[in-house]
Amino acid sequence: MKLQKNVPLIDQHDKNFMYGGKFGGNFIPETLKKPIDDLTKLFAKLRKDKKFLRERDHYFTNYIGAPTPFIKLDNLTDHLGGAQIYAKVVSEANGGAHKIYNATVHCLIAKKAGKKYIIGDTGAGYAGKMLSMAAKKFGLKCKIFMGAKDIKRQRPNVEAMRKNGAEIVPVTTGSQTLVDAVSECMRYWVSNCDTTHMCVGSTVGPNIFIKICAFSTAQISRELIQQVKEEFGKIPNKLKLINCVGGGSSAAGFWNEFINTHAELIGVEAGGPKNSKLHAAPLSKGSKIGILHGAAQYVIQDKEGQIGSTESISAGLDYPGISPLHCFLKDTKRARYTSASDEEALKAYQLVSKFENISPSLEPSHAFAEAIKLAPKLNSSEVIIVNSCGDSLKDKDIIKQKLGSYIR
Amino acid sequence: MKSKIAEAFDNCKKEKRSALITYVVAGDNSKKNSIKILNAISQHADIIELGFPHNTPIADGGQIQESSHRALKKGIELEDVFQIVKKFKKKNQKKPLILMGYYNLIYQSGENSFLNKCKKTGVDGIIVVDLPYPENKKFAKKCKKKSINFVQLLSPTTTKERIKKIINDSHDMIYYISMLSTTGGKLKLHPKTILKNYFNIKKLCKNKNLVIGFGITNKTISALKSADGLVVGSILCKTITNCIKKRQNPVTKLDKMVYQLRRMVA
Ligand SMILES: Cc1ncc(COP(=O)(O)O)c(C=O)c1O
Repeated sequence: MKLQKNVPLIDQHDKNFMYGGKFGGNFIPETLKKPIDDLTKLFAKLRKDKKFLRERDHYFTNYIGAPTPFIKLDNLTDHLGGAQIYAKVVSEANGGAHKIYNATVHCLIAKKAGKKYIIGDTGAGYAGKMLSMAAKKFGLKCKIFMGAKDIKRQRPNVEAMRKNGAEIVPVTTGSQTLVDAVSECMRYWVSNCDTTHMCVGSTVGPNIFIKICAFSTAQISRELIQQVKEEFGKIPNKLKLINCVGGGSSAAGFWNEFINTHAELIGVEAGGPKNSKLHAAPLSKGSKIGILHGAAQYVIQDKEGQIGSTESISAGLDYPGISPLHCFLKDTKRARYTSASDEEALKAYQLVSKFENISPSLEPSHAFAEAIKLAPKLNSSEVIIVNSCGDSLKDKDIIKQKLGSYIR
Repeated sequence: MKSKIAEAFDNCKKEKRSALITYVVAGDNSKKNSIKILNAISQHADIIELGFPHNTPIADGGQIQESSHRALKKGIELEDVFQIVKKFKKKNQKKPLILMGYYNLIYQSGENSFLNKCKKTGVDGIIVVDLPYPENKKFAKKCKKKSINFVQLLSPTTTKERIKKIINDSHDMIYYISMLSTTGGKLKLHPKTILKNYFNIKKLCKNKNLVIGFGITNKTISALKSADGLVVGSILCKTITNCIKKRQNPVTKLDKMVYQLRRMVA
C-alpha cells in the first residue's frame, strides 16, 4: 500500500471509494445511494468553485476566527527538559474546538443543496454544539443525536446546543454513546434524506462525509505550516505532530499540509482505564478490518463481526472505529499510532493546566500524554507540536470527580 | 432448474395472489422458539426471510433492533443461525428461505465460507442491507454460481437509469422498498402511490418477481396485494416483544397472525 505524492489525501481512493483498496467505501442502504451521489457531485463542484472557497474563507476568518494561535509551552518544556513543546490552540476557534470547521462547511453545503434541515451526531458534544451554532447562523433547523450516557457526562455542551435552539435526540440503544448516536443519525437520514442534510461529526461514515470533514479541518494545518515557517524559518528537521484520534478529524486536519514533508505524525488513541480490557484504540491495539457506519476500517469487534464495547474517559474518543484515512496512513506507515490511558490523560490535563495558560479537554490530553512521555527523551533541537483541539471546561464534572478538584 | 423462490412465486401466480414473505430474526426469542416460530409460520407464508442479527444495524427501526438485541443477548452466533436454517429445512424442504443481514458478518466469515454454509444448510437467497449495487456485483455473482438468489434492493430514491442496471444484475426476486424509511416505519405514502411507483418499475422487469417491503402490517397489506409479493417483518418482531411482555407464547401468536396475513393477500 502506497501514498501518492501529489494527490490530496482525501482523493487517494479508487473508483469504489476505497483507500489502499481496503479502507472506506460506501456500505450503505440503497435508499442513501442517491443522496450520497448527489452530495458527492455537489461537493466536487463546490470545492473547485472559487466563489464558494472565498465564502468558506470568509466564514473561517470572520466567524471561526482563523488563524488560531500557535504558542510555545515554555514552562512545560522547561519542566520536562527535552524537546521544545508547542501547541496549536485550536480550542480558540469559535465554539472551542475544531468541530466548527466541519459544521460550518456542512451548513454552507446544505444551503447550496437547498436543504432547510440539518442533522448530526455527537459524542463529546462539540460536534453537536458547533453544528447547532452554525445551523443557527445559517438559518437551518437542527437536530442532534447524542447517546444518553454522553448527555449525562458532557452537560455544558448539551446546554449550549439547547441554547442554540437545536433539538437533542437522546439515543438509548446499545452503549448509549457516540457509536449509537451515529447509527441513529444515519437511520433518521434514511427516512428524511429528501428534505434533510446530514453532517457526520468526524472523518468517518460513507466516503463523501470523510472527504468533506477532512477538507474542512485541513484549515488547521494550512495555518500551522505558515506559523511553523514563521517561527523556525523552515520546517524543523526533527518535528513531531501529535494529535488525539477518535474518528480522526482533528488529526487529519492537523496533518494534511504536512503529509508530503518529513514531519513525523503521531496519533494517540484512547487506551481506556489502566486496569480495564476495554479501550477505544482500534489502530494501536490490533483490531481487525470490518464495516462500521458505511465504511471499511479497523474496528473493535468480536470474531463474528459484532461491533465491540469501548471504554474511555473521553466521550470524544469513545468510538470503536477510526477513519479509513487513518487506516490508510497507518498501513502506508506515514503515521504511527499509540494510545494513552484514562489516567495518563488526566495527569497530562493536570500538568498542562498547571504550567500553561491553556487547559486541554480530555481528548487532546491524550495527545499531551504522549508528548509528555516523549519530550524528556529528546534533544532540545527537536520540536513537538500538539493539537490542543478542545478546552477542559466541558470536562469539569468528570475531572472534579476523578481528581478531586478542577483547575483551568 | 427453477429456484424454490421462483417456484413459490409461480404457485402464487397460479392462485392469483400475492406471495406472503415473512421476516423474523434468527434466535428471537430463543434458538428453540425460533425454530418453532419458523415451522409454524411457514405453513402460511410462501417465502421465509430470516435475519442474522447485527448489533449496529443502520437501516433497522426499533422493532427489528429489539429482536436482534434479544437474539444476541441469548448468545446467538452465525453458527446457530445456520443450525436453525438446517433444522427448518429438514422439515420444510420446499419452503424457500432467504437470509438477511449486514455485510460485516459475511465479511468476517469470508464470503466463500459464508456461501458454503448457506449451500450446505439449504439457504435459497440472501439479502445484504448495506451492500448496494454495484459494490455487490462480485458477491452477487458468487451467489449465482452456487444457485443462491442474491436479492437486489430498489428504493424510491433509485434513479431510473440505476433501476435498469440493477434489474439487469438481478436474479429471480427484487425487493422494492416502499418509502424513505428504516424498517418498522409507519407507511407514510398512500398505498396507491406506492403501487404506482411499483408498477412503473414492474414495467421494466415484467418477468421478475418484484416484492414490496417496509411499513407493511396487517392494516396495510390488503391495499397492496396487487404486487407480486409483500414482506412483513417489524410487526412480527413487535408481536414477539409484546408476547414476552405479556408472558404469552410467541409461537401461537405469530402462527395466528401469519395465518391472517395470508388470508389478506388472497
Ligand atoms: C475536543 C475533541 N477532540 C477530539 C475529538 C475526537 O474526534 P476527532 O478524532 O474526529 O478529532 C473530539 C470529538 O468529539 C473532540 O470533541
